[in-house]
Amino acid sequence: MALSRLSSRSNTFLKPAITAFPSSIRRHVSTDSSPITIETAVPFTSHLCESPSRSVETSSEEILAFFRDMARMRRMEIAADSLYKAKLIRGFCHLYDGQEALAVGMEAAITKKDAIITSYRDHCTFIGRGGKLVDAFSELMGRKTGCSHGKGGSMHFYKKDASFYGGHGIVGAQIPLGCGLAFAQKYNKDEAVTFALYGDGAANQGQLFEALNISALWDLPAILVCENNHYGMGTATWRSAKSPAYFKRGDYVPGLKVDGMDALAVKQACKFAKEHALKNGPIILEMDTYRYHGHSMSDPGSTYRTRDEISGVRQVRDPIERVRKLLLTHDIATEKELKDMEKEIRKEVDDAVAQAKESPIPDASELFTNMYVKDCGVESFGADRKELKVTLP
Amino acid sequence: MSSIIHGAGAATTTLSTFNSIDSKILVAPSRTNLSVRSQRYIVAGSDASKKKFGSGLRVRHSQKLIPNAVATKEADTSVSTGHELLLFEALQEGLEEEMDRDPHVCVMGEDVGHYGGSYKVTKGLADKFGDLRVLDTPICENAFTGMGIGAAMTGLRPVIEGMNMGFLLLAFNQISNNCGMLHYTSGGQFTIPVVIRGPGGVGRQLGAEHSQRLESYFQSIPGIQMVACSTPYNAKGLMKAAIRSENPVILFEHVLLYNLKEKIPDEDYICNLEEAEMVRPGEHITILTYSRMRYHVMQAAKTLVNKGYDPEVIDIRSLKPFDLHTIGNSVKKTHRVLIVEECMRTGGIGASLTAAINENFHDYLDAPVMCLSSQDVPTPYAGTLEEWTVVQPAQIVTAVEQLCQ
Repeated sequence: MALSRLSSRSNTFLKPAITAFPSSIRRHVSTDSSPITIETAVPFTSHLCESPSRSVETSSEEILAFFRDMARMRRMEIAADSLYKAKLIRGFCHLYDGQEALAVGMEAAITKKDAIITSYRDHCTFIGRGGKLVDAFSELMGRKTGCSHGKGGSMHFYKKDASFYGGHGIVGAQIPLGCGLAFAQKYNKDEAVTFALYGDGAANQGQLFEALNISALWDLPAILVCENNHYGMGTATWRSAKSPAYFKRGDYVPGLKVDGMDALAVKQACKFAKEHALKNGPIILEMDTYRYHGHSMSDPGSTYRTRDEISGVRQVRDPIERVRKLLLTHDIATEKELKDMEKEIRKEVDDAVAQAKESPIPDASELFTNMYVKDCGVESFGADRKELKVTLP
Repeated sequence: MSSIIHGAGAATTTLSTFNSIDSKILVAPSRTNLSVRSQRYIVAGSDASKKKFGSGLRVRHSQKLIPNAVATKEADTSVSTGHELLLFEALQEGLEEEMDRDPHVCVMGEDVGHYGGSYKVTKGLADKFGDLRVLDTPICENAFTGMGIGAAMTGLRPVIEGMNMGFLLLAFNQISNNCGMLHYTSGGQFTIPVVIRGPGGVGRQLGAEHSQRLESYFQSIPGIQMVACSTPYNAKGLMKAAIRSENPVILFEHVLLYNLKEKIPDEDYICNLEEAEMVRPGEHITILTYSRMRYHVMQAAKTLVNKGYDPEVIDIRSLKPFDLHTIGNSVKKTHRVLIVEECMRTGGIGASLTAAINENFHDYLDAPVMCLSSQDVPTPYAGTLEEWTVVQPAQIVTAVEQLCQ
């Protein structure tokens, strides 16, 4: 008893010294890029191909960047939630919180030359591709400075210079587009790949299998990524798919099932997939992930699943918590530093929201801009009544 | 800085700059004022000057580009003699020239490659350009149209062929939501320079599903342009213009017109995508038509001329947007309009055109606009019933007589 009291007293005596000691000799962690190897918690399951190794090469810089990016995305989605409830964002708003590991993990494995195309749950993918927070919020609020000049909305974020092709409202329609992007990359001999993301709901669309057939036939560098968050709006996967093993659905196309809440596993899988696609043609990646919000802001998200399930996943599998634990156990950062980082990010997001709120709404003349591209000049007034005359170049 | 002659309707300033730069060109445009465009002549003669036009289009050969609306009436004997060919060969020639000119142009469709195309429009192209540029797709219209659009987002210029326009209904989501809308919803970031083409219309007893007249379904899609070709001359010209255009263009061909023969110029030329063609100038009544109905109208016109009427026949060619300038000038002259089309009666091109003319030129009309369209029925198989589905010359003659009373 006395011994323990002694030891505990000595511990309290020593503790400040221990915490003070490492921070004074430890340099700022973000410049540390020495390699660390981390094992993924869940093994990969593969279909018609070899699984990549479970040991992921990374660095403390990278893991910290994961944390920062994911925290930013999470804050952005939460801010979008409150903006929607304040009626500043209208229409449909599909939030990505819970699935951030996918966006950051993928970015870590690829370059800006590789193309990404996704569905309507595109806010975080846009940010991952280098989009600015203020552009995203302006677009959500329908302002002129938004990434699509206010004409697209939540479901139509695009960033051409970063090869981010959107942002599509119709479920599954982006998959043939993605295979078309892969075709163009093969045509132009770009040595780049296309990631076409879709959800478990879209996995039952016919056009997926049509596009997969063509991609496999023509050896296109297309990687089809199924973001399996287990619910297609209100329908669980066991109610919508006879075979919920989405990575096997490609039949003759190899597939890989990945723990989508683990950013490092996602990175490993995407790297593996890119190498595979450049050599052997298409591959399907199934990312096992989860969304905390409902399908969209109009969906409470609790009529088809229990609150316990949601909080359970949040406690056990949350991607940001996982990275935080990694950072703490590997001594890359302290609790306090991470909390400060989160505070900084919160401020960054709030500033972006404030700036976006100030931006102007598009003027009426914008209604007819970007309908057609005027190249050879038009001198007729027809169905597009506003265009009376356009002069020759 | 040179510029294209924009039909003969180009401002006279453009013509004068053109003339001042190159004195060797034989230019014989009509000098009528812009309000009445009834005659146009072929601008002839090629020379060695290089022209630069538009933002990204460059003529690689040292040939002059001749956009022209009217095929014939060569008053100038110094015009170089053309060559005679069938309409599908004209389409093929246009396609081949564009593929030679720009390596980004590719063709995708069912049986376009090794088979040569079900209507021989792409014959020989696979041997010349290889399998990556002339792509045989499996039968999945939705997917390969989507792929064409996705490829176009990166800068390729696919020409997507629907074996029959009716099959493109399967790709309607891609055409409407992605092809038409991406330029707008991305705030101008992406252009979709695709050409979607294929034969449509009522053929020879092909059955209901293969004889669809679908221009009406596509006309409301914002962001696309629609053109319909009717002669080998405008088929080649429109094909080339459509490929060069930065906008998505749907080119409607007609199954029964593929074997029309005509002499077309040897030079490089395009037809303006938004312009209508004056087929036969006249005084009494304006007949607006397109595609196969043009020939029924011309046949009726012979009868009408014998009966003493003087119809003005305009092939509208551009189904979206309408060339209301040409049409308007004609209405102002004749004050009577008859629309003859093969499209469906309900919600068809004729219906839209009637509305447009009434809205814009109501004061100039002496009689209500009459529209003869095909019947709102699925095309029957029996020959006689099929004949009654579409507009026949006799009906056109009756309608003109009725309007001109």
